[in-house]
Amino acid sequence: MTTFWIATLGTSAIAFALKYSGHSVPERWLSHPKIQRINALIPIALLSALVSVQSFTDKTALVIDQRIVGLAVAITALLLKAPFPIVVISAAVSSALVYNWF
Amino acid sequence: MAFGAAAVANGFSVLQACLLSLLTFSGASQFAVVGVIGAGGSSMSAIATASLLGTRNALYGVIMAPRLRVRGFKRIVAAQVTIDESTGVALGQEPRGIDAVKKGFWYTGFGVFIFWNLFTLAGALGAQAMGDVRSFGLDSAVPAAFLGLVWPRLTTRSERLLAIACAVFAVAVTPILPAGLPIIATAFIAIAVGLRR
Repeated sequence: MTTFWIATLGTSAIAFALKYSGHSVPERWLSHPKIQRINALIPIALLSALVSVQSFTDKTALVIDQRIVGLAVAITALLLKAPFPIVVISAAVSSALVYNWF
Repeated sequence: MAFGAAAVANGFSVLQACLLSLLTFSGASQFAVVGVIGAGGSSMSAIATASLLGTRNALYGVIMAPRLRVRGFKRIVAAQVTIDESTGVALGQEPRGIDAVKKGFWYTGFGVFIFWNLFTLAGALGAQAMGDVRSFGLDSAVPAAFLGLVWPRLTTRSERLLAIACAVFAVAVTPILPAGLPIIATAFIAIAVGLRR
């Protein structure tokens, strides 16, 4: 099996196991305030890291390229309270323009 | 749409992109798998990152289970459509009574499931036809999607500080850690912050 298949099926299996286990455990198990807090913070940490790694790295090298323009446009769109599809599309379009023209 | 396109842009097949949307069915986790593999990470670090993002669905399940009260096959279906949107809408219906909560959960869950999968297929086929994805800006669509997902979660000053710290940390250690690890490592920052406060 290739990396892609292992990642696809492995992620899917664990994603479902997590969802199903939530429906099956007693409510008090996960209701501790510290667990709740960590649960809210983990997505923030991982998603923020993914934003920067996807914007400023290429394999293990740090790079500045057209993606920084896309990121700046996405931030601007979010500050203007644009809906999710507009944020993604405006970032893609601006980045594509820079990539094709320079 | 963005997910299907991003998956194909990072080397996944159209079938794999569609399976991720059908089976994983959790936007942030799916983008994470694609993002980590795209950055050169191993399948294990991709699965680990996606699964850490998926833990919140377990908590949603805990919240929804006593409200839905379903067993057997129905519980399996309920689990699969337990995501940010369905849980959020359901809890938003709480003042209108338990029937409105159930309706909100099921309609949102199925609605998002159908459209998310159709758009994944469309995006994947579109990206496959493109060739050089950079000339269509797909390399910027993925980080923009992550940013759009994290943005609404940043409600307090300390959450914003954590976000910036993790973003800077992950880039800073990218040259020295194997691909994929810089991202997972930030989960430990989140745990440390959560335990301390």
